[in-house]
Amino acid sequence: MNRIYLDNNATTPVLPEVLEGWLPYYQGKIGNPSSVHWAGREVANAVEEARDKVAKLINCSPAEVVFISCGSEGDNMAIKGTADALKEKGNHIITTAVEHPAVLEVCQYLQKNGYDVTYLPVDKDGQLDLADLEKAITPQTILISVMWANNETGNIFPIAEIGKIAKKNKIRFHSDAVQSVGKIPVDVQEANVDLLVISGHKIGAPKGVGAIYIRRGTRMTPLLQGGHQERNRRAGTHNVAGIVGLGKACEIAAAEQKEYYRRVRSLRDKLEDGIISQVPEIKLNGTPDRDQRLPNSLNLSFAYIEGESLLLNLDMFGIAASSGSACTSGSLEPSHVMGAMCVEVTLAHSSTRFSLGRETTEEDIDKVLEVLPATVQRLREMSPLYNCGRTAEGCQTCETIRRI
Amino acid sequence: MYTDKVMDHFTNPRNVGEIDKADGVGEVGNASCGDIMKIFLKVEDNIITDVKFKTFGCGAAIATSSMVTEMAIGKTIDEALELSNQAVAEALDGLPAQKMHCSNLAADALHEAIKDYRDKHS
Repeated sequence: MNRIYLDNNATTPVLPEVLEGWLPYYQGKIGNPSSVHWAGREVANAVEEARDKVAKLINCSPAEVVFISCGSEGDNMAIKGTADALKEKGNHIITTAVEHPAVLEVCQYLQKNGYDVTYLPVDKDGQLDLADLEKAITPQTILISVMWANNETGNIFPIAEIGKIAKKNKIRFHSDAVQSVGKIPVDVQEANVDLLVISGHKIGAPKGVGAIYIRRGTRMTPLLQGGHQERNRRAGTHNVAGIVGLGKACEIAAAEQKEYYRRVRSLRDKLEDGIISQVPEIKLNGTPDRDQRLPNSLNLSFAYIEGESLLLNLDMFGIAASSGSACTSGSLEPSHVMGAMCVEVTLAHSSTRFSLGRETTEEDIDKVLEVLPATVQRLREMSPLYNCGRTAEGCQTCETIRRI
Repeated sequence: MYTDKVMDHFTNPRNVGEIDKADGVGEVGNASCGDIMKIFLKVEDNIITDVKFKTFGCGAAIATSSMVTEMAIGKTIDEALELSNQAVAEALDGLPAQKMHCSNLAADALHEAIKDYRDKHS
C-alpha cells in the first residue's frame, strides 16, 4: 500500500542531504566541541558552520543563535528565562489562547508562582485583534509571546505588527516559530523579535535538536545550568550530529523556500478545493484567506463524525493525518485551539488537519480526494447525529472545551 | 493501540443502522465527550431478537457498539441487563486505558434501550 504522509506539522522526514552530512559525526568525528585538541576542533568548526546557516535563514548574527534540544526547551527557556531575569521590572506576560502547550503550560506554571498572564482571544477564524494586545499592556508587562503561525489552523499571525507594538512599548517579544521557519520567510530584524524558537525535526533535520535566537543584549536566566557551552546561555554537551543536521536543513530551507512555497501551496489549494467541492457540510478551521495561512496546512471539520474514527479510516488507506479530537490527544477535551475559536463542540471533535510536506506529490492528493468523500459518508451513515434533524449545539457549549 | 478485534469491529461494524418501530431505544454519551451511542431493540417473548446501533465517536466507541449488538442478540432481557461495559471491553480483548471511561458506554446504551422497552411495555 502506498503510504501518504500528511502530518508534516507533527514532524518531517529527515532530508537525505541532512542524513548524509550527519553520519560522519557518528563515525570518526567523535570529539566534544569544547575540547582543545584536534578531535574537539574538528567538530567545533562544524558546529560554528551550522550556526552560520541557521543565522542566515532568519537574518541574525551567528552569535545570537543558541543550540537547544527541541522547540519545547526553547519556549521554556524564553519564557522562564525572561520571567526570572526581569522579575524586578514586572510580573505580567501576554500570550494567546492558541499557543502550543510548551508556551501555555509554562505560563500556567508562572501564574502559580506570582506572575500575571493575559491570554489574548482569537475570533472564529482563529485570528488575533491587535487592539486587544495594546489594551492588555501594562507597566508591569515584561514579555509578549505570540507564535509565528498556529500549528493546528496554519494561521500566520501579524508578527511584524506585534513586533512594532512591543518595540514601541519597550517590551520583550518572543515568538515560537517552529511551524513557520522553512515554510514562509522568517526575518527576526524585520519583525522586531527578541527571542525566536526553531525546531529541527519540523524542517527535515533530526529530532532532538533546535535553536533559539536571542537578540544581542537580551538578559536571560539560563534554563540549564552547568558547563559554559553556548556562551553560558545553555549548558550541556553539544548534540554535534543533530546541530550539523539542523544547519544543513536550514541551508536547504533558505535555498528552496520560494520553490517549496509555490509547490506545496498549489497542492494544498488543490486538496482544499477538492474536498470543499466534493464533501458537503464541512467547516474550514482557520482563516479563509489562504495568503494568511501556512502554505502546507489545511484544517477541516466534517459534521456528524468524530476525528479519530476518520483518521483510523484514512489510515487503512495508508493516509496519515491528525486530529484535534480528544481521543487522539489522550485527554477528554478536544483541542484548546478549536475551543478558543468557539468551534461547536462536535465539530471540534471532528477537526482534521492535513499538513503537506516537501515529499507530497500530486498523486498523494488525488488519492486523498478519491478516498475521503466516501469515507466521510460511510461514517456519517453510522452517526446518530446525521439526518436526524438535530441542530448544532449553541456557542455556550464551547465553554466546556475552553481551557483558558 | 487497538487490538485486532477492536479494529475488526471498527472496520466492519456489525448491525449498523436503525430499527423501524423499535421496541426500545436508548442513547448515552454527550457531544462534549465526543461520544454518543444510540441502540435500537426488537424484543419478542422477552428475548432480544434484533439490535442495531448508531454511534458518533472514536474507534473504541464504534467497536464497542458493534460488539454489544452481537452479544445482546438472542439473550433474554435479564441476561442482557447483566452485560457490563467491562464484559464488552473484554470481548474485544481489551481497550486502551484512556478509552475505558469515555468510549466504553455501549452496555449502558443497551441498558437504556431495555429501560425504554420496559417503560413502554409495563
